[in-house]
Amino acid sequence: MAVDASLAGRIFPPTPPYDVTERAVSDFAVATGTPYTIGDPAPATFPIVVAFRAMQALLADPEVGIELHRVVHGQQRFVHERPVAVGDRLTATLTVSGLRQIAGTDIVTTSSAITDQVGVLVSTAEATLVHRAEAE
Amino acid sequence: MTGQPTLSPATYPVVRADLVAYAAASGDPNPIHQDPDVARGVGLPDVIAHGMYTLALVARYVDEQVGAPGRIAELGAKFTKPVVVPESGTEVEIEGTWRDERTIALRVTCAGERVLGNPVAVLRG
Repeated sequence: MAVDASLAGRIFPPTPPYDVTERAVSDFAVATGTPYTIGDPAPATFPIVVAFRAMQALLADPEVGIELHRVVHGQQRFVHERPVAVGDRLTATLTVSGLRQIAGTDIVTTSSAITDQVGVLVSTAEATLVHRAEAE
Repeated sequence: MTGQPTLSPATYPVVRADLVAYAAASGDPNPIHQDPDVARGVGLPDVIAHGMYTLALVARYVDEQVGAPGRIAELGAKFTKPVVVPESGTEVEIEGTWRDERTIALRVTCAGERVLGNPVAVLRG
């Protein structure tokens, strides 16, 4: 089934606050082999942890009509206003910036604004999700 | 094009244990990145790396090349081909070229094929 056409432009509620801990940043750096010393800023792709939570809310919404096993991450881009740091309390607010269909495949573009505890923008994470058509 | 200084290439080994660690650290538990049976069940040749794992390697490469963390202002790519990770592991090769004084264009390959489309990092001014 196709994704609901009214999805374009929809803004999802902000995700619950996520506290960036030394442990979380260290685990992320270790998993990707990124050089990291205590006190360093978080790796540049670390904000995906928060953006991913916003994407999961989109994917799990039954009204949206996305079937999880048909979704592929097509594209990702970050624009950082500043690096994420331990002690940040981050929230992501996802907007569906576009929706198009090519041969039964839905291309959903999203933009998640990641803000800190005082509401200042830290990073924008743009993700393209490809929802493949059902095999007939 | 000529006259663009090329950065040193780097080769990063990737094994399944890395993907398990990344799944935990990133909060993405999709089993196609950990379980070969599930991966094959959806038509993949084997377990594949998270696209975001590969993009994290690009960020790591840029950090290593510029010698400091936190310099990346923009980073993006298309996930054009999966990085297939067999039991024996694989390798991701990354090479960057300065496009201008703040912008690094990257070439990211696995088994000789490009896996990211137009990966670019822009450093803070």
